[in-house]
Amino acid sequence: MKVLMFGWEFPPKIYGGLAVASYGITKGLSLQGDVETTFCMPRPTGDEEKFLKIVNMSQVPVAWRDVYYDNIKDRFVGHTAEDYYRFRDHLYADFNYLQGLDDLGCIPFAGGYPSNLHQEINNFSIIAGVLARSEQFDLIHAHDWLTYPAGVHAKQVSGKPLCIHVHATDFDRSRGKVNPTVYGIEKDGMDHADCIMCVSELTRQTVINQYHQDPRKCVAMHNAVYPLSDEIKAIEPHKNPGEKVVTYLGRITMQKGPEYFIEAARRVLARSHNIRFCFAGSGDMMNAMIELAASYGIADRCHFPGFQRGSQVYECYKNSDVFVMPSVSEPFGIAPLEAMQCGCPSVISKQSGCGEILSNVIKVDYWDIDAMADAIYSICTNEALHRYLSEEGQREVDQITWERVGLRIRNCYDQLLNNGWFDNDTYLKFKA
Amino acid sequence: MKTICLYFEIHQPNHLKRYRFFDIGTDHYYYDDYENERAIVDTAQRSYIPALRTMLEMTQTYGTYFRVAFSVSGVVLELMEQYTPEVIDLLQQLADTGCVEFLAEPYSHGLASLGNTDSFILETKRQARKMKELFGHTPKVLRNSSLIYSDEIGALAAQMGFKGMLAEGAKHILGWKSPHYVYRCAADNRLSLLLRDYKLSDDISLRFSDTSWPQYPLMADKYIQWIAQLPEGENLVNIFMELSALGIYQPLDSHILEFLRALPAAAMQADVNFATPSEAIAKNKAVAPMEMLDPVSWNDEERDTSCWLGNGMQREAFNKLYDEKIVGRILACPDRRIKQDWDRLQASDNLRFMTTKPMHVNLYRSFYDSPYDAFTNYMNILGDFLKRVRDMYSEDVENDELNSLYTQIANMDAELNTKENEISRLRARLDKYEPKADHAPEEPKPQPEKKAAPAKAPKTAKAAPKTKKK
Repeated sequence: MKVLMFGWEFPPKIYGGLAVASYGITKGLSLQGDVETTFCMPRPTGDEEKFLKIVNMSQVPVAWRDVYYDNIKDRFVGHTAEDYYRFRDHLYADFNYLQGLDDLGCIPFAGGYPSNLHQEINNFSIIAGVLARSEQFDLIHAHDWLTYPAGVHAKQVSGKPLCIHVHATDFDRSRGKVNPTVYGIEKDGMDHADCIMCVSELTRQTVINQYHQDPRKCVAMHNAVYPLSDEIKAIEPHKNPGEKVVTYLGRITMQKGPEYFIEAARRVLARSHNIRFCFAGSGDMMNAMIELAASYGIADRCHFPGFQRGSQVYECYKNSDVFVMPSVSEPFGIAPLEAMQCGCPSVISKQSGCGEILSNVIKVDYWDIDAMADAIYSICTNEALHRYLSEEGQREVDQITWERVGLRIRNCYDQLLNNGWFDNDTYLKFKA
Repeated sequence: MKTICLYFEIHQPNHLKRYRFFDIGTDHYYYDDYENERAIVDTAQRSYIPALRTMLEMTQTYGTYFRVAFSVSGVVLELMEQYTPEVIDLLQQLADTGCVEFLAEPYSHGLASLGNTDSFILETKRQARKMKELFGHTPKVLRNSSLIYSDEIGALAAQMGFKGMLAEGAKHILGWKSPHYVYRCAADNRLSLLLRDYKLSDDISLRFSDTSWPQYPLMADKYIQWIAQLPEGENLVNIFMELSALGIYQPLDSHILEFLRALPAAAMQADVNFATPSEAIAKNKAVAPMEMLDPVSWNDEERDTSCWLGNGMQREAFNKLYDEKIVGRILACPDRRIKQDWDRLQASDNLRFMTTKPMHVNLYRSFYDSPYDAFTNYMNILGDFLKRVRDMYSEDVENDELNSLYTQIANMDAELNTKENEISRLRARLDKYEPKADHAPEEPKPQPEKKAAPAKAPKTAKAAPKTKKK
């Protein structure tokens, strides 16, 4: 089975959760044995793992250039020069009018999320037309709204079924005040999709209710985590025995509900003074949060170490006694799973998708700061609860693997290819 | 001739209210009165009252042929006194028919039998006194909360003078043996054991209205036939369940009460008798000792204590609750509110809400979201309660000291009493010899003096700890 996959990020270059999820999904699929994935992304670094075929969209031609093999054969990152010539044989229109074409007739991408993002999304979809004509594949899989237009284009060219993967919707990012352009792109992608994979039931409901999709073609496809590497396991936690550390880790922005964390901290600190609150991350609300903490007179107990990268993240989890994710709307939220891998008990909001597959965490409503404070205090003061959540949580999260996600996605593919359509009820029956 | 021993448990927990950690130290009231009233009134109306009425009618119809036993936990009695006294009236009417036996059980419906022996003995005796007060019989048979039984508990019960005890006829304990005999406690052969027949009990309490059950619909004659057809010699069938099975687990419209009402008639035809636990013990000789080293209960598939003490959180709460020093203080102190809170917090339901066992049936968790929520709320309340207990006496006073202090006070009170009696006696005698000396021979009546004496006692009792603090 061959899958043409469109994605925007892939490790080792990580901008956000999308890269991690894309890696997990492709890895999970590759473990199935007979799924061959071609992953198309704007600008690979060349250091990607080699278990799948990568197509560098910055080096797929959209205009014909007469280039000699010997001159260009070493220039390719991702795919090869042979691929380039094959793509060149399948040009479908003359895109010479486009500005910024290079000497290979390709449109270079900046990568990441530049300010001309909408332009890049459009270019991405133009190139997808070339790929759809030159590659052999059984279905198309597009990750997140940036690649939906490309997926739709590829479907229209090839007539193959389209699967889109909703990692987040604009409703999550904006607390309900959606950007109409983004909404339009998302809705169009969903309308054309044959199967919509949502990272949680919560997201699935948003897709059904806010994007008016048929529930039968929407399926909840929860994310997973990779097992910790040995070097991360070897990190020694530094804990001050007299003090407890409560951690928030993520962007400090509206979607993540940092102000509720401050309110809970204030309630806890009114009662107990050996607890510290750590805000790891950066974001547009960071300064507002520092001011809020100061106005409550708890700034001496609230720490803002800034954005954490790589192993710092895991150090942070290991040094914490409680991890809190008070997100107002979180499509999935992989952070609590990572915290649990490090043996750190988590308190998450009921509005987080990962709560649907976790039972050894404390779930509270994001606005219920009393409950949140109570949960934090309880874990900090009751050793038995901390131990239970830490041990059982670790055990639970070890069962949530990408390999299983891969198998479930595989089941969806099979159904889509065998029946020609996707039905969630059939899938659920099969799963059970 | 076969005998049915029918027993019903009456118990409802006190529902705790949402108690946040910032309430610790400021709010000492832990209960959700609204929910308590709603729950007990609802249970009484849907289950207790119709079921007890039916049984009352049955005793009227069948005279002393129909027999049944009840145990009522102290905490539910307090609730019923407050909200549904009609249930107590019905129980008293039933007691007056002479067909009913009331059993003893720990007042709090707690796990004191596993946590603290002293407190278990005291609260069981307290419950027995309450039974005598309300229903006129001193219980001779004990049943522990949720039928928890082990050899150790059996030995305790025998020491306390009970003739018998109820226990679960758990498969893993019985093996090839049948629950249809009387057994005796392996640790003390004075105590007889009645083992629950879980199959026949659950047929009524769990499966009666289950339409997917092959035996549905269960009729009284079929049920009695099962009993009548038991092998020769297996003469005693112990059917134990919660009273709320009639009406709540098996709704009234499943005709569960009609089934119950038809039982004696069917039994009479098949020559099957009824007996209360005491009668069953008196009539049947214990056939063999029954060894149960680990506690066994009637809860869950495992029939053990794992639904209360299965995970670390539950054990933590349990250990805090039955901490030896704390229990000693609570038992010693004269504060009634502390004692009442202690009863209510002990109720095993509080621990049950924290279970993390995978459940095949939907577990009732009160208002709690999750086991962690239940644990957090309970620990907050327990934190406040323990703080109150600790604040009563300074930390370095040992319980023995405290006890001896209180015994001293009690002894002094007794001494004072005898002395005052002596004085009044002598004064009366004096008055006889000098009647004209003063004109108030009625003044030193012994009665008001007696009343005054207990009133004085608590005052001195309160004063003593204060002086000790210094």
